[in-house]
Order: sequence, then structure tokens, then C-alpha cells
Amino acid sequence: MTKSNLIRWFICICILLGCTACNTEHRFVKRTEFKKSNIVVICFAGPVDESWAKNMTAFRINEQQDPDIILKIERVELSKDRCTLQIFMKDPLNKSNPHQVVLPNIMSLGKSQGTAIVSVKKLYWGNLLSILIGAMFIYNYVFVKYLGLCVYLGVTQKKSTAIGMGITFTIVIIFSTSISWVLYQFILKPFQIEFLQIIVFIGLVSLTVQAVDTILRKVNPILFKEFGVYLVLIISSCLILAVPLIMAAQDYDYMESLMLSSGAGLGFFIAMFLMSCVRERIDLAPIPESYRGMPIAFIVSGLFALSFMGFSGMTIF
Amino acid sequence: MIEKNKSYGNILVNGILNENPIFRLALSMCPAVGISTNVMNGVLMGIAVLFVQFCSSLTISLVKNYIHPRIRIPTYTLTIATWVTVTDLVLAAFFPVAYKSLGIFVRLIVVFCFITMRLDVFARKNPVFPSLVDAVGMGFGFMLGMMAIGGVREIMGMGTLMGYDILGFRPLLFFVLPCSGFFVVGFMMAIFNYTENVYNRRKRARRLA
Repeated sequence: MTKSNLIRWFICICILLGCTACNTEHRFVKRTEFKKSNIVVICFAGPVDESWAKNMTAFRINEQQDPDIILKIERVELSKDRCTLQIFMKDPLNKSNPHQVVLPNIMSLGKSQGTAIVSVKKLYWGNLLSILIGAMFIYNYVFVKYLGLCVYLGVTQKKSTAIGMGITFTIVIIFSTSISWVLYQFILKPFQIEFLQIIVFIGLVSLTVQAVDTILRKVNPILFKEFGVYLVLIISSCLILAVPLIMAAQDYDYMESLMLSSGAGLGFFIAMFLMSCVRERIDLAPIPESYRGMPIAFIVSGLFALSFMGFSGMTIF
Repeated sequence: MIEKNKSYGNILVNGILNENPIFRLALSMCPAVGISTNVMNGVLMGIAVLFVQFCSSLTISLVKNYIHPRIRIPTYTLTIATWVTVTDLVLAAFFPVAYKSLGIFVRLIVVFCFITMRLDVFARKNPVFPSLVDAVGMGFGFMLGMMAIGGVREIMGMGTLMGYDILGFRPLLFFVLPCSGFFVVGFMMAIFNYTENVYNRRKRARRLA
């Protein structure tokens, strides 16, 4: 009974998500998407006339937030069944912003289907996944953006402490970013007091850390004994403030900010784990006297950062 | 903690040399690695930090008798956050180009550990004027550290200093790469350690002789 119910719900949700992914604002335009770096693909419900499609000066493409900048079109290509139109742009598109396409007076089999104004954007789930992977690897906060170095260098002496700190940090950053998102969207933005965001976010972070501390102490003293020491250290990390600030600057929605914060936390965890593994072995290695301690740790981090540069320029979806 | 007979000169030098926030304390390394690609960034970041440290030291040493010891850390954080907001808005309004090159790091001055540490260690226990001297020393120490790293990276990477061409060629392009900040900081720390070791060894030898 419950199992079949669950399956039914699952199917409903899938259909709902599927609908949100492919519906457009015009009845004749079935689907719009980005392809490669500079192609916009538009699928029609029926075949369109070739003479209409070749008249590319009539099409208008612009980014949704600045409609006065019209992007230049290089050429258009119609597929053999005349249902799919590919518009090649002169310059690469900024795919993170939604784009608006105006198709005036669509002609299909000699009949006019009216003017279509449709928006093109990235797939929602693909976007979420790309934010998560991006925060973890491509823009790893420690090795590519150089944030949170104090904590990273301070507690990576032993593998066990590094893992404990990584887990605590991930949990705290997800909590505090969620709360910051709510406060930013529903209080700071409506009252136009965004300039107070530094004060509000740092206050929130300290509050979250204090709350997690108190709750953990009451609910699970064993866990508190394990992870309590790291909680105080977290406030002094740049990363914990940088993630809400980036979230506010990019104006993410809730799911996106959740992905960003968990990606940042996991990326930090990965960085700490890698570094602690290396540092445990460094302790046994014969290192020149003046390089012992901090200097060698910095040089090893530099090597890690060099290898993380290999991810740069990668795009997913 | 701080001896009464310490002169203002000693306090000033303490921040620049003995407790240099970058090379000796190794606190707040994020800007030292992240934006030290040239000297100008170092100077700007140093001025911003100096301003924030100066104003928050002034504030805390003025109101130190009214702060309950239990809530002192949140008080420091909020004081620093207020002054950072002021700096952030002023820089964004008057120096938009520089503000863009510093990026998010101006806002992250809030979480620089050494500012909070100076407030807790010094400004909480001392009168206004020595706290200000200490703040200036720490700020200049930070600025000089940033400038040193930025200078090495700019000369080695671009062959220029403060935007002026001084070498005429580019010795090692590697130093322009963002990740080379880690290497430069590591090597400079090692040089500091080496000088200190040699100095101590000579002193010991002289004492024995």
C-alpha cells in the first residue's frame, strides 16, 4: 500500500518536474535550449517555412536583465524536417543568465502562428549539479579561491582532526547559509538594507555556531566531545562568511544556495583530508630545518593548487 | 600582559617585526595568497586593514570598561563588522576600480583573526593612545608583509614594480599564476626562519666565546 503510494507520488513529482523543464510561453514553440557555447536551439511543433527562417534580421536575442543590448546573430540553420532551428551567435553566450528570444510572425505551411517571445535557460537540475560540482572542484574554495586558509593550515596536523573539522564545518555552513538566505530574501532585500549584510551575516554565523554548540551539548554529549572543540574555530574562518556573501551577490534561490553551501563544505573537507594525509607523511620526512612547519605546508598547498588548476575552464551542462 | 615600561617605539616595532601578522603569526593568510599579485593591491588592502584596526582599537579602548567579559568576542566582531561596512562602502564609492581588483577580500576583513586578537590582547587592557600606536604597528606590519609578497611576485612575474617597467623582460611567468602565492609565502617564511636561525646561532657562539 505505502509502497505503491510512494511510487505514485514519485511519478507525479517526475511529471511535474518534467513539465517545468520543457514548457515554454508559446503554443507553437515546443522546446528551447543552449547548445555548445554559442548556439540557441528552438524546436517547433510543426514544420516552419524556410523563407521565414532565412530572414534572420527579424530575430532578436538578448539577456533577460538587459533588454537593450541585442546580441549579434551569425547565421541560422534549419533541420531537414524543418522543425528545429539552430541560431548561431557571433560571441559565446553567458549561459548562467536566462536569455529572451523574439520570433516575429512565425510562418508554418503558409499560415502565420503569431509572434513568439520565449526564454532560454539552462536546465534547473543541471544548473544545481553544476553549482555543486563547481563549488567542490572547479572553484574549490581552498585551492582556487584561497579562502579559509587559517583553519585549513591550523587543524590539518592529524587525519582524525581534519575529518572531524571537515564534517562539523560542512554541517555548520549548510545551516548558516540556509538561515542567511531566508533573512536576506525576506528582510534585507524588501527593506533595501543590503548594505548591512556583513554585520547581519557575521552575527548570524556566530549565532548558528553558538546554537549548534548548545544543542549538541544537550542532545548528544558523545558527539559534542568529539566535535565541540572545532566549533569555536569555525567563526574565525573566512569561508564561513564568504559563502553567504557570494550567495547574496549572485542572488541564488534556496536550492541553489543549498548546493553552493554543501559544495563549499565538501570541497573544504576534501582539501583538509588531502592536506592532512600529506602532512602526516611530511612529519617523517627529512626536511631542511628552516622549512619545517608552516613553510613546507604552504609549498605543498601550492602543489595542490597547481593540480586543481587542471579543473579550470571545465563546464558541466 | 604588556609591561608598563614599554615605550611607544617598542609597541610600534612589535607589530611590524616581532609579531608580524603574516610572517610570524601566520594569521589571515587568505589575502596574502589570494590577491598579492602586485604591490598596489597590497598597499590598498593594507590601508583598508589599517583603517579598520585603528578605528576598532579606538572604539574598544574607549568603551572597554562597559563590556562584560563574557560577551567580549561578539562585541569585537560587531565593532569590526561596522567599520568594515564603512570601509567597504567608501571604497566602492570612491575607488571602484581598486575595489573590483580586491574583490570579496575587503568584506572578509571581518574574519581576520589578528584584528580580533589585538583587540582582546591589547586594546581591552590599555589606554587609548598606546592602543592606537599598537593598531598602527599591526596595520603597517600587515601592509609591509603584503607589499613584500606583492613586490616579489610582480618583479618575478611581470618585471614591473608599481606598474613601472624596471627589468624590461619577464623573468618567470609562473609567478603571475594565482597559485604561486602559496610558493612565494612558503619560500619567504623559510628565508625568515633561516635568518633567525643564523642570528641565534651567532649570538650563542658569541656568548660562549
